[in-house]
Amino acid sequence: MHTVVMTKGVPDFREGQVSFDEEGHLERGKTPTVMNPNDKHALRAAFQTKVRNGGHVSLMSMGPPGYKEVLQEGMRDVYADDLYLLSDREMGAADTWATAMTVATGLQKLADQPDLVFAGFKTADGETGHTGPQTCWCLDWPIITHVLSLDIDEDAGTVRAKRLVDGDISEIETVEAPMPCFIVADPEFEPTYRRASHRLKHKDLREETQERAEEYEESLTVWDHEDLNLDPDYIGLDGSPTIVSGVDPIPKAPSEREATMIEADDSEALEPVLDELTPYAAGD
Amino acid sequence: MTDSYEEYEAVVVGCGPGGAAAAATLARNGVETLVLERGVDAGSKNVSGGLIYAEESAPYTIDGLFPDFREEATERPVSENIIHNIAGENVKSFDIGDLHHHDTAWADSVLRRKMDSWLAQQVHERTRETGGGLLTEVHVTGLLRERGEIVGVTTEELAPIKADIVVAADGVNSELARDAGLMDWEEPEEWFQGVKAVVDMEPEIINDRFDVAPDDGAAHLFSGDLFDGVRGGGFLYTNESSLSIGTVFHLDSIAEERAEPHELLDSLLTHPLMAQWLGDEYDEREYSAKLVPDSKKAAHPSPHKDRLVLVGDAAGQMQAQGPIIKGMNHAVTAGALAAEAFADARARGDPSQAGELYEKKLHDEGVMDKLRPTGYKVFGRLGEVGPVDDLSNAIADSAVGRFGVRAASELLERAYSSPRMVSMIPDTKLPYVTLPTVIAEELGEPVTDENTVSPPDLADRIGDLTYDVGDPHIELLDKSFEASGTAVTACPVSAKDFGGGCYRDEMVQTNGSQEHLVSLDTQPCVECGTCAIVADTEWEHPAGGKGVEFNEG
Ligand SMILES: Cc1cc2nc3c(=O)[nH]c(=O)nc-3n(C[C@H](O)[C@H](O)[C@H](O)COP(=O)(O)OP(=O)(O)OC[C@H]3O[C@@H](n4cnc5c(N)ncnc54)[C@H](O)[C@@H]3O)c2cc1C
Ligand SMILES: Cc1cc2nc3c(=O)[nH]c(=O)nc-3n(C[C@H](O)[C@H](O)[C@H](O)COP(=O)(O)OP(=O)(O)OC[C@H]3O[C@@H](n4cnc5c(N)ncnc54)[C@H](O)[C@@H]3O)c2cc1C
Ligand code: SF4
Repeated sequence: MHTVVMTKGVPDFREGQVSFDEEGHLERGKTPTVMNPNDKHALRAAFQTKVRNGGHVSLMSMGPPGYKEVLQEGMRDVYADDLYLLSDREMGAADTWATAMTVATGLQKLADQPDLVFAGFKTADGETGHTGPQTCWCLDWPIITHVLSLDIDEDAGTVRAKRLVDGDISEIETVEAPMPCFIVADPEFEPTYRRASHRLKHKDLREETQERAEEYEESLTVWDHEDLNLDPDYIGLDGSPTIVSGVDPIPKAPSEREATMIEADDSEALEPVLDELTPYAAGD
Repeated sequence: MTDSYEEYEAVVVGCGPGGAAAAATLARNGVETLVLERGVDAGSKNVSGGLIYAEESAPYTIDGLFPDFREEATERPVSENIIHNIAGENVKSFDIGDLHHHDTAWADSVLRRKMDSWLAQQVHERTRETGGGLLTEVHVTGLLRERGEIVGVTTEELAPIKADIVVAADGVNSELARDAGLMDWEEPEEWFQGVKAVVDMEPEIINDRFDVAPDDGAAHLFSGDLFDGVRGGGFLYTNESSLSIGTVFHLDSIAEERAEPHELLDSLLTHPLMAQWLGDEYDEREYSAKLVPDSKKAAHPSPHKDRLVLVGDAAGQMQAQGPIIKGMNHAVTAGALAAEAFADARARGDPSQAGELYEKKLHDEGVMDKLRPTGYKVFGRLGEVGPVDDLSNAIADSAVGRFGVRAASELLERAYSSPRMVSMIPDTKLPYVTLPTVIAEELGEPVTDENTVSPPDLADRIGDLTYDVGDPHIELLDKSFEASGTAVTACPVSAKDFGGGCYRDEMVQTNGSQEHLVSLDTQPCVECGTCAIVADTEWEHPAGGKGVEFNEG
């Protein structure tokens, strides 16, 4: 089994990490870049296949050289056997389409062809959710999106998945697909380990990957557009059909609103509240 | 995926000292061993006083099994042990060094989170080499049976697991011992309740206030009239950069007196005698509590059934040697003996004999005699008979008794220090309250230091604890005050007229009549086990990684 997880670096939007300038623009220089949180769910899903079925987990990203540390983060916090960074100036400023083209080419260049490729649901900054499915389109594989749990039948060469329908938790369907197959892990993906032997192996592999992450550059391969034999006209800014014409800031909700505090056991003070609510109770 | 069985040669449930010793010994014998621990970390659910003893006469000690133990997992070696008899402000202190050092290779103070986590790491490395290993956050829910016979365990998180031997080292509230029908939760007389505060203190200040070298420590024990007549006593042990201060009382006494355990602890913390050690700044790191079995009554004489063996607190193997508490060391010995028994039985080609062999080893190695001493059976029990008890109390408190106490000061100090004498102590007010009080009144000097400590109230103590609240794990079967009311006071995180604890009582109007009822909210529960005995409850225990999490222990 060879599984590959696609990931992107995003600004760390957590309190205390992210910083905005006076006009509300993100200050990229002052905000650390971290692994897209949804991609960690995807990586956990891939790790589960390794624990249960064995094999090899690779982590791949297209982005600037600084993404090396994003890859390291994934290796340390979840798991990876090796890391791939697709990076050079020609790839810069790619939209989802050009990103997909580049990543798909990277996947095809792997010596050991993957059985499963995972993407996250969407990124914390771009949020389109296009990159995964577009990469799959380039590969011409079956795709299962919104995946909650996975079981692999290696003998039959199939993957069976539970997935959310319309993103509604109450509707879950089970589907099966032949491998190789593309998986988009839902943020609700829950790895399950019901066997002691799997949990023990999980523990071993977690220790191993943390050690490897300290010397991550030894497991890192960097490919530029020439390695991938990609025409600069089809990647990066030149290969991006999307035109961002402008960005409208979303107005902030007023932080101070008028409020009157009323003690719950003060029945007199509660009367006006009842008066206000009564018309709604009648269905008006 | 279907829940098909998994099989290991041995399953050890719990990674306290008993489980760690069993697992290490199984691994050393090449037995494929799986260790299941419910805490997020071994030690996160555990509390002890904690002085761990290594007895010279014991066939196994913790440092024998884990050579770096003292270096890596303990706080300070403790070489001094003093008991303080208290009556009001009068205090008479006896040096019980002889008892402390009797049969003792060494004794170190410990904090359980640190100690057990270290042990667990060692255990995992060793058992992993056998094809097993240690898993945390797994709650073992009961015994797996086939045709009525125990063949393994069931868990909340994993598929059922079969094994040739199941070592229940799951502590005082052992679910496995109860599932097997070997232990119960019936008689308050068989248990103590321990409550403890860990108090922050700089190492240099400790060295200075206790007059000890940086690599040395002290133990102080307390008894007398400061606990409102509740039978039991207090302790103070020095750690590296904290103090462990606590109380251990007979549960039946706590129940009878409707005592509030946290208030008894506060009585100790605020006594003038403590001022010299606590100073003006009191910073409590953690409040904790747990039941403690009294081996004299609770130690199971035959702690095994089918493929199941019980070790440590799960089997009631916790010895109160007079004022000295020895649970961890016996858990270690028993764990290792159980493992040795399995290895022997397996070598003889009949692993099913492990239980019988374990029982035999407990007797042959003298462990059973320490846990259930003959002297106590003969004299101690006699002293507990009502009229004898009343008479002894009256004599000790009379002019004759008081004269005797004055005349025999030195003799008394020696008696307190005699392992044989203290093993015969009856569970009555005489040794715990009356005698220490008379000693202090007749021989003691007043201590008038001003104690400025104001311990945190219960709400703050609860608020400082870490909980990962799961589903409610205790169900109150009988809500009447008669059946379950004792829990309102005896629960260490509940109190009368306190709404933020587990148990509270309330008057409920029903059809004109008034009912005195008890209600339960398990959110702030520290899983001590007290209410399983003093109230009518049904227990489920929290899932792996859920419930209270102690950082010190
Ligand atoms: C003209 C233009 C200029 C742009 N300039 C920049 C720029 O300078 N800097 C910048 O950061 N962004 C830039 N972007 C945005 C960038 O193209 C998108 O963020 C990127 O294509 C991914 O889309 P997304 O964030 O919506 O990811 P989604 O489609 O929401 O991501 C879904 C999943 O796809 C995978 N994935 C996404 N991106 C990558 C990747 N790069 N490598 C591997 N896997 C991936 C992950 O698994 C992710 O969870 C630009 C876009 C345009 C149109
Ligand atoms: C306040 C107090 C003071 C004490 N002072 C001392 C002292 O000074 N010296 C001394 O030697 N002893 C002392 N003791 C007693 C001592 O703590 C115990 O005797 C000792 O911890 C017993 O060890 P054990 O291994 O049997 O059980 P424990 O240490 O209780 O370990 C049991 C383990 O099993 C785990 N477990 C329980 N149930 C399950 C389950 N269902 N599934 C999975 N895991 C489970 C627990 O999380 C825990 O890790 C004191 C006790 C208290 C409460
Ligand atoms: S509810 Fe019961 S088990 Fe929990 S702390 Fe109170 S007495 Fe102990």
